[in-house]
Parts: sequence; structure tokens; C-alpha cells
Amino acid sequence: MNVTVLDHAADTTPRASSTSAEIALRGVTRAFGTLWVLHGIDLDITPGQFVAIVGRSGCGKSTLLRLIAGLDTPTSGSIALDGSAEGRRGSVRLMFQEPRLLPWQRVRANVEVGLTHTSDSAERRRQADDVIAQVGLSGRERDWPAILSGGQKQRVALARALASHPRLLALDEPLGALDALTRIEMQALIERVWQKKGFTAIVVTHDVAEVVALADRILLVEDGRVALDIPVDLPRPRRRGDPEAAVIEGQILDRLLRA
Amino acid sequence: MKRIIPWLVPATIVLAWQAASMVGLVLPEFLPAPTAIAVTAANLLVSGELWTHVRTSAWRALSGFAIGGGAGFVLGMANGLSSLSEKLLDTTLQMVRNIPNLALLPLVILWFGIGEEAKLVLVSLGVFFPMYVNTLHGVRSVDQQLLEMGRAYGMSERQLFLRVVLPGALPSVFVGLRYGLGIMWLTLIVAETISASAGIGYMAMNAREFMLVDVVVFAILIYAALGKLADSVARLLERVCLAWNPVYAKA
Repeated sequence: MNVTVLDHAADTTPRASSTSAEIALRGVTRAFGTLWVLHGIDLDITPGQFVAIVGRSGCGKSTLLRLIAGLDTPTSGSIALDGSAEGRRGSVRLMFQEPRLLPWQRVRANVEVGLTHTSDSAERRRQADDVIAQVGLSGRERDWPAILSGGQKQRVALARALASHPRLLALDEPLGALDALTRIEMQALIERVWQKKGFTAIVVTHDVAEVVALADRILLVEDGRVALDIPVDLPRPRRRGDPEAAVIEGQILDRLLRA
Repeated sequence: MKRIIPWLVPATIVLAWQAASMVGLVLPEFLPAPTAIAVTAANLLVSGELWTHVRTSAWRALSGFAIGGGAGFVLGMANGLSSLSEKLLDTTLQMVRNIPNLALLPLVILWFGIGEEAKLVLVSLGVFFPMYVNTLHGVRSVDQQLLEMGRAYGMSERQLFLRVVLPGALPSVFVGLRYGLGIMWLTLIVAETISASAGIGYMAMNAREFMLVDVVVFAILIYAALGKLADSVARLLERVCLAWNPVYAKA
């Protein structure tokens, strides 16, 4: 399915912070019992940046994302959004590896889950249909999730996440369960939406090619610490097989496989 | 054609039965022919006697089901949602559950006589446990990932219950409902047969006194029909309420 409803934004520079969030982590640790998953993370993410977190399984990358998204609280240290540690809920949205759609609600109602703070039902519906169109699913508003394909379900999940105009979108291996082609389509869609809306995006993944295709900045997490912080300064939209991208990809893979 | 298939076996049995009666293979004192039972049924219907008994039985069944099923649903929800409520009540309920409700029949007759209360208590008690156990199981097996999603998307506790927990538990609640319907009829038949002054079970026992085999067989057939009717209604409800689930939508 082609998605042509979005216009391509020409610039890729960070935008004004009314649409995007600035994130600052200071000495963040997280322990589960006696197991220390994160050891003192210091991190600054500028508004509108597309950050990718990579690492081997169990390195703590998902824990880090869940902390930033407010689904979990750090054992010590602080996490601030736009300088404030409070009020993260409304402006942060999370997309999971699984679509996590309510099977008993149709597509539109599932997207409206992202609009729980909009009390007017006509307005909620208008906004939901609007964002459904943005992910290229117009005409499917009345469908049950059960009849959608894996990629379409993830589009609905993306629409639900975008519905409330989040200033930070956190993606936890959102494309891990999709086939290769659907995955590339979804990457392009996420990139276009990000360029148009200008939110800050953080994606956790173990697909190194995906990281290089999407991110402005790559954080490689190893044993609960940020081991590498690589800026990716390539023009968008990025072509697959670009030699410069291949160099960065090789650099990350080397580090991951060395451990 | 698809609609006919389920009825092929019952129809064949009735035809074979009729044939056996007509050639004298089965004596009418032992088992009357279907046609003879149809005549009896028509007579009972015309005299209004049948209607009185069916109405009495149906009322007992439905009110008992509403009370027992309602209580089972509410307690199942409560114990599924609150660990305090579960700790407080579940052990007790599991102990009582292991007593067959019909074992209480002598006690219930002593307490309530053969009045309506006795039947109501027994049916409610019988329906309560399947509803309770299945509702509790339904609430417990609600997808944790969906709950996490709901919380992350800022749903209030009330919204979580109405949009995630309740619909998630519903398929299991329906299992309890259909199971409860079976127990409802079973309990009612036994209770009415042993002690009643009206109802289909009473009609059958009364007929036995006078060796009216046709009425006895007819009473059994009514139970079968009512049971099938109740199950069909439950299936219809299932199809409406669980339309989102491909397993139920096509059935």
C-alpha cells in the first residue's frame, strides 16, 4: 500500500520546541533486585532529534526507553522533559513491538484511545479519521483489527500514538515483527510523519540498517552504559545501500559483534 | 442445506420411533408413538394446563439464573480485580463450590418447604459457581500488554475496566453463562420432580402416578426444547457481543 498523503518536508534540522520535547537524563540508574540494568546514564536529546538506541539483547536499551517514556521510574537519577520531571504523560506516546490494539474495538475507536483527553466525541472522531488518513488507512475506519495485516495493525498503532500530537514518540522495536518489505514501507512512513510533525523520536531496535536509515543520532548501549554516541549526518530520504551509511553500519556492527 | 443437517439425526430418530410403534415393536404402555404424544400435547395446550406449568418453570429458571448468575458475575469481577476481596472470599467460595447443590435439597425443603423459595435457592446456587469461576478466570486472563497500553495512554481506572477488562473477560463469561444454563435446567428438573405443586417436573411426576407415559415423555421433550432455546439465545448474544472475534463472528 502506498502512502502519498504526506508532503515531504525539505529541511531536517531540529524545529521549534512547541512540537517537540527536550530530554535530559542525569545519573539515571535502574536495578531490578540485585541486578543493575543501567549504570548512571547522562544524556541530552535536543528537540526534534531522531535518536536510535541499539545494543545486544539484555543490554538495557528497552529499560532506558521505558524510563524515558515514563512507564517505569529510575532507581536513582533524574529524567526531565523540557526541564521538568513532572507531567510527562500527555506529551509522550509509546509504540510497542506488538500493535496492542483492542481487538473488540474497530480501527477508529482504537485510534481514539490516543485521544482520551478530548471530551467532545465529534472532535475526537474528526481527529482520529484525520490521523488514520495520515497513515494511509482511509476507508478502514470501521474494520475490526482481526482482519488487518500485521503492517496495517502497526499503522493503526502509529495513528493511535500520533493522534494526540505527542512531543516525544518512543518506539520500542516497533517494526520487529514485520516482514522486510512492510518494514521498509513503515520506516519511510515513520520518517515522513516525523519530518512533517517535528516531534522528538526515540527508537529502540536491533536492526542496524534501520537505525542508519532513520536516525540523526545513534546511541549504542553496552552493559547499561552508553558506549558509543554516533551522529548520522546524511541527507533524507536516505537511499538503501548508500556507501556512507554502510560505513556507519559497519562501525556499529563491529562494535556489537566484538563484545 | 446447511440448516437442515443438524436436524437430520433427530428427525430420523423420531421417524424410526414412529415406525417401530406402528408395527407393534414398541408397546404404547412402554413408550407411546410420537403421534400419540402430539395429541396429548395438543390437549394440554388447549386446556391451558401446559402453559401454566411452562410459565411456572420458566419463571423459576430465569429468576434463579438472574440472581445466581448476577451474583457470580459480580463476585467474579470483584475477586478478579481486587486481591483483598479475593483473599477474603475465594477460599470460602471454593469450599462451598465442592458441595453439589442438589445435596442441599433435603435441607432446603426443611427450611423453605416446597414453595418457590426452595427452587430459587437451589437454581441460584447451581448457576452461581460456573458464572463465578469463569468470570474470575476471564478477568485474570485479560492481556497484561493491553492493560499496560491503556495505562500508558492515560486511561482512568473506570475506562480501563470498561474498555479493556470487561470486553477481555467477556468470552470467558459467556462460557460460564452457557455452562450455568445447563445446570439451571438440571437443578430445576430435580427440584420440581421431588417437591413442587406446579411446573413441568410436577406435571411429569403427577402423570407418573396415573401411568400417563405420554405426558411423562412430553414433559421430557419440553425440557429438551427449553434447554435448546436457552442455548440458542446464549449463542445469539455471543455472536452479537463478540462480533470482533473471528471465532464467533462466522459461527
